[in-house]
Amino acid sequence: MIDLIWLIPLLPLVGFLFNGIGRNTLPKPVVGLLGSGVVLVSFLLSCGIFAEVYAARQAGESATFIQPVFEWITAGSLNVSLSFLVDPLSAIMLLIVTGIGFLIHVYSIGYMKHDAGFAKFFAFLNLFVFFMLLLVLGSNYVVMFIGWEGVGLCSYLLIGFWFKNKEFASAGKKAFVMNRIGDLSFLIAVFLIFNTFGTLEFTGIFPQATAMAMGDTTLLLITLLLFIAATGKSAQIPLFTWLPDAMAGPTPVSALIHAATMVTAGIYMIARSNILFTLSPVTLQVVAAIGICTALLAAAIAITQNDIKKVLAYSTVSQLGYMFLGLGVGAFTGAFFHVITHAFFKALLFLGAGSIIHAMSNEQDMRSMGGLKKHLPITYITMLVATIAIAGIPPLSGFFSKDEILAHAFAENKVLWVLGFIGALFTAFYMFRMLSLTFFGKFRGTAEQSSHLHESPATMTVPLVILAILSAVGGLLNVPSALGGGHALADFLSPVFADSTALTGAFHLDHSTEYVLMAVSAVAAIVMAVLAYRQYAVSGAVPGADDAPRGLLARLSYHKFYVDEFYDAIIVRPFNALSVFFYRIIDRAGIDGLVNGLGKRVGESGNGIRLLQTGNVGSYIFMMVIAVVALLAYGFFNG
Amino acid sequence: MSVFYFVAFLSIFFALMTIFTKNPVHSVLYLVITFFTFTVHYILLNAQFLAVVNFIVYMGAIMVLFLFVLMLLNLNKDTEPLKSNLVKFMGVIAGMCLLVTLAASFRLLEISDPVVLKNPDIGLVSNLGKVLFSDFLLPFEISSILLLTAMVGAVLLAKNDPKKA
Amino acid sequence: METIVQNIQGVPLNHYILFCSIIFAIGVMGVLTRRNVIIIMMSVELMLNSVNLLLTAFSVHHGDPAGQVFVFFIMALAAAEVAVGLAIIVMVYRNTRSVDINALNRLRG
Repeated sequence: MIDLIWLIPLLPLVGFLFNGIGRNTLPKPVVGLLGSGVVLVSFLLSCGIFAEVYAARQAGESATFIQPVFEWITAGSLNVSLSFLVDPLSAIMLLIVTGIGFLIHVYSIGYMKHDAGFAKFFAFLNLFVFFMLLLVLGSNYVVMFIGWEGVGLCSYLLIGFWFKNKEFASAGKKAFVMNRIGDLSFLIAVFLIFNTFGTLEFTGIFPQATAMAMGDTTLLLITLLLFIAATGKSAQIPLFTWLPDAMAGPTPVSALIHAATMVTAGIYMIARSNILFTLSPVTLQVVAAIGICTALLAAAIAITQNDIKKVLAYSTVSQLGYMFLGLGVGAFTGAFFHVITHAFFKALLFLGAGSIIHAMSNEQDMRSMGGLKKHLPITYITMLVATIAIAGIPPLSGFFSKDEILAHAFAENKVLWVLGFIGALFTAFYMFRMLSLTFFGKFRGTAEQSSHLHESPATMTVPLVILAILSAVGGLLNVPSALGGGHALADFLSPVFADSTALTGAFHLDHSTEYVLMAVSAVAAIVMAVLAYRQYAVSGAVPGADDAPRGLLARLSYHKFYVDEFYDAIIVRPFNALSVFFYRIIDRAGIDGLVNGLGKRVGESGNGIRLLQTGNVGSYIFMMVIAVVALLAYGFFNG
Repeated sequence: MSVFYFVAFLSIFFALMTIFTKNPVHSVLYLVITFFTFTVHYILLNAQFLAVVNFIVYMGAIMVLFLFVLMLLNLNKDTEPLKSNLVKFMGVIAGMCLLVTLAASFRLLEISDPVVLKNPDIGLVSNLGKVLFSDFLLPFEISSILLLTAMVGAVLLAKNDPKKA
Repeated sequence: METIVQNIQGVPLNHYILFCSIIFAIGVMGVLTRRNVIIIMMSVELMLNSVNLLLTAFSVHHGDPAGQVFVFFIMALAAAEVAVGLAIIVMVYRNTRSVDINALNRLRG
């Protein structure tokens, strides 16, 4: 089955081509079927491949398979081939991308049913799946980069899908530009990697890297550049402001791209290059620091947001911060585990939010919602499951993954654990605030909206249910040994991180310490949940209007700590000024002046010479005589 | 020897008169006299054939033709268009420049030997005729065709078109 | 004839050249200063004649009859040219009712 791996990215590409070219001719059911069908087939193939990899792991092999497709660049010592790498890490990512991708495609059939760009939407979604699959399957940095840039492109296309709205189009542009900054950093890192290791294949680089010294400066530079790229793609400080704005796209886009797959590309890339990072402890510290800062900052903003999608967006940024924190403290498996569980419950949350928005006739402000529990029962139950999961309340999946990260953080640096714990408190609070404002209490919307409230169709609710089940039981993937579990995921992924584990030593934490940590975080999460419920559901508190007076901290949080304004002043305005300078002075006055001026001079000189054509024979003869005289004189003087 | 200079002076005087008179008929007549002085020059060079041909063709045919056309167009002193003084001045200057340049270039040439007639008879009709009909037969024949063409052309050009009103 | 021949033995070729240049320059001045197209053609004839004379002088000086033959051809050519030229002038006069060359400026830029 592994030699059929090239089919897995190819099928969504075919879907893109068909739906793209036939977007005005194919009927909507065909488009939806084709778009979802190709992803389903890819998913089934991925299951087959996963089974093979699993079997290989069970047999004790390292289960790393390379499938070359064709030689692409051979220039001197540079050999880049399009080839796919199947190992435990990419096998799991395959399942996530195709599986959750398939569910979201099915969801979109219902959600985008009334949209005129239905076929275009499915084409873009398929294209995105194709690029994401290239990213996770690439066996060298170049193929990964192709996927990296491709998902950035699809993100731009899909965020600005309703491009006729200028703000949405600008949001798409913002996402693309910030991603490009990361892409530049990635590219420079790739150049450095080629310069240092002489090859770009993973199987060539990582064994060479193990021979290098810890703290090697070239590796430090490479990993810092790779991390900057990851901050762009995975929305960390300083390149995170695009993700909340990306909520301008349709909700399935937010679910697929900005919850489950694209934003996890950064973590995947770092997990794949884990040996390089382990050899640069400074970078890992930077990663952890930025991860936890982002987590706290985003959580602090999410507490006061009123747009349901914005809350989820900042929640995503925050959870991504946790994943980077996990990577930074060496919990590679833990971070990846959190990627998996986060994919489940965040996709579910976004799809549920889409369901709510759909029911509320495109209203996204939570202040107009309330009491939707009885109108949208399935949505309510699934979102409740997701909220409990993300808050880290046992025994749902979020608890296990977040706890593993926090345990590693505790072993590394107590301060990190404390900050992570505070972030978890925030998380529980704002998620239950969101849930309470939306589903409990009295309905606060207009009568018009009230009459349209209905549960979503089956195409939308079935994916919700499936994701809810996964969010609930997903924790069983990697139950820590402290709770008597078999940590199956860690075992499965061990060959990927073997080199790093060899360097840092296996992770050890007293079981008793672990129990205490787990208990503390679980209890704290439950307490915050109850607090939020009591404030918003029971007491019926409603957040104030946009211009209502707020305390300083609340104001800072509500205005997203003015980060956008800061960037605008520091970066956007100077660039605009520079651009205006180049346009007015260098382009218009300088270059145009030169070129047009040249043309004008030619025209003027032509006008002048035209005056020689007097049509008067006498003047012609006169000129002839003068010319002859001049020639003779010239000949006379020059011998 | 002095004959040459006297006749040369006459040529120059009458040439100047040609271009400076206002009446075009006078101009033609002065040119006729100038050509006569040229004929004398040819005789002085013992180019008898050319002297006679010059007399007949130029003075007898070409200038008469000019006179015919002048009479046909009924041009006289009154209908003569005037040129502005500036143009006249510039024209004279240009001509003088040309003359000066030519004269200056000729000063560099060292051919101030007196004309020594090696063979004084080459200008005689019979001798010239021999050369003409032996070495230069082809150009001779072609020039006859040339004259035919010119005749045809002139007739065609000047014909009154009967279809036009 | 012989006395004539003796007479011209004393004239240096340079003087012939100078004399013909003067006639040529007078012809040029005539072309430039007159507006009557017929007078212009006559000045051109004057220029041709000066060249003819010079050619003859050279031919006599070098003893080469080719020069005089050439003069013969030039005269034939001049006759043809005058014929055609005057025909054109007649045509122009018919169309524009004037022999002023300043009136023929349709090709003005």
